[in-house]
Amino acid sequence: MIAKRLALGFLTIIVISLLIFLGVEALPGDLAEAVLGQNATAETVAAFRAELRLDLPAHTRYFTWLGHFLQGDLGNSLANGRPIADQIIWRFANTLFLAAVATVVAVPLAIFLGILAALYRNSLFDRFISISTLSTISFPDFFIAYILVALFSVEFVFFPSMATINDHMSFWEKIYTIALPCITLTLVVMAHMMRQTRAAIINVLSSPFIEMATLKGMKRMRIIVLHAFPNALSPVINIIALNLAYMVTGVVIIEVVFVYPGLGQLFVDSVSKRDLPLVQASGLIFAITYVFLNLMADVLSILCNPRLRNPK
Amino acid sequence: MALLKLLKKSPISARIGMVIVLLNILAAIFVPVIAPYGETEIVSDVWMEMSEDHLLGTDHIGRDLYTRMLYGARNTISIAFLITILSFTVGSICGFFAATLGGWVDLALSRVVDIMMAFPTLIFALMVLSIVGTSPFALVIVIALLDSTRVYRLSRAVAMDIEVMEYVEAARLRGEKIWWLMRHEILPNSLPPLVAEFGLRFCFVFLFIASLSFLGLGIQPPAADWGGMVRENAGAITFGIFIPLWPAAAIATLTVGVNLIVDWFLHLSSGLED
Repeated sequence: MIAKRLALGFLTIIVISLLIFLGVEALPGDLAEAVLGQNATAETVAAFRAELRLDLPAHTRYFTWLGHFLQGDLGNSLANGRPIADQIIWRFANTLFLAAVATVVAVPLAIFLGILAALYRNSLFDRFISISTLSTISFPDFFIAYILVALFSVEFVFFPSMATINDHMSFWEKIYTIALPCITLTLVVMAHMMRQTRAAIINVLSSPFIEMATLKGMKRMRIIVLHAFPNALSPVINIIALNLAYMVTGVVIIEVVFVYPGLGQLFVDSVSKRDLPLVQASGLIFAITYVFLNLMADVLSILCNPRLRNPK
Repeated sequence: MALLKLLKKSPISARIGMVIVLLNILAAIFVPVIAPYGETEIVSDVWMEMSEDHLLGTDHIGRDLYTRMLYGARNTISIAFLITILSFTVGSICGFFAATLGGWVDLALSRVVDIMMAFPTLIFALMVLSIVGTSPFALVIVIALLDSTRVYRLSRAVAMDIEVMEYVEAARLRGEKIWWLMRHEILPNSLPPLVAEFGLRFCFVFLFIASLSFLGLGIQPPAADWGGMVRENAGAITFGIFIPLWPAAAIATLTVGVNLIVDWFLHLSSGLED
């Protein structure tokens, strides 16, 4: 089961890489003409084409590109001619750092509040959670981000409004600098996780073994933590992994708002400059991360569920 | 009359939603009449405070923000609406075809959709836009196609359930063609979930366009657009001028409004009492 899922994930990544490659192939003319513009002479275009190895057949170039990608050689940026790998690795590490910090804050908080909401169902607190879910689904990410900036770095000066980190900062300085993007990301993904945790636990609460535990006279909190939560773990883990996958996309906009030197910002920049090799490379990295997290969601929920773990 | 009766029974949340949506639609239609200035007309100094002349102040190059907001409603809502309609046409027709024909058509369409959905939508859209450019036409086609994958999934699932009903079987044996089956049997019966989904997809598309414009890759300036207006005025916020919050709040309000109506509609079509 797991092996099958892994193979499927691998296949997806191959197909995606092929799509990304073919997308650029589909340009009217080719990359060389697109970059040099209409004023270029035939010789310049030919020379540039040879430099980009565009004179080779498509399938050869695809495998060379993929092979180089796997070895960490992502080619050169069109905008400044520097190797893409050098720019991307540092930025991707930054993006992962931001996402990781947000995850460490969001996941425990979401599970805790979700359990509370299930415990005090239909209370004021529960209402508050469903309203905040509706709002975070309806609010664009940048709205939440700018409200936070307006509140915590303009009205009350707690945190910097720009999250420009560099390597000379200590760990805690970095955490302080990325506080606002981190809170935004947390808010964006938390509501959903909270709601799903609540739903999963309420679902389990209607099972006979919970009624049994209640009839035995167990305390409600104890029932939820010891009996309901372990059985709700599979859907909850699934939801967490899916939300982390969502974070991969959400991070793009938040990085732009806070001028955070991450991969998302580089990606948006390269799209507006139409720096296609850079777009291809960072797009593929985003796609792989996304597929990997989705895969993890599936594998973990298989591992958490004995019925799926031991298929008949 | 039946509609009026239904509206009278609607809960307060749905009424709030309807008022919000109605106001936005009215603004979008009657902009040229109610807007005090022109869409791209520079009328004053930059980032002016709210005053009688400029209800919401002015933007980063001195255009009236209130006017821009109204035109933004027209541009953003109409393009989002167009995309949602296109996405529904493509998605539901493909979905119905897949469900009624089955076999290799279903298999091929479903695999293509699987692959497209394995890719984060924003990243996919940005990559495609980097290749085809950000003309309004490209924007509409790319987002509509990406979004139609979700519509396809839903309409296929709904049509699958209807397809096995006796009346469809009867119509088939009567010798009706597939197009007739889709129009007269499947479409009317799958309407409630599709209408609710239409509201949700509209919200998604609307937010998506706003995000793209915010990144500078959606509707291009000088056309007024809420996402783009947030981006243009973003610098103001660090000076304690909260102009970018207005268009962002407008986006949020409209999405909340549509969501409130969809909630009510889902509740109605689920047939639950209260």
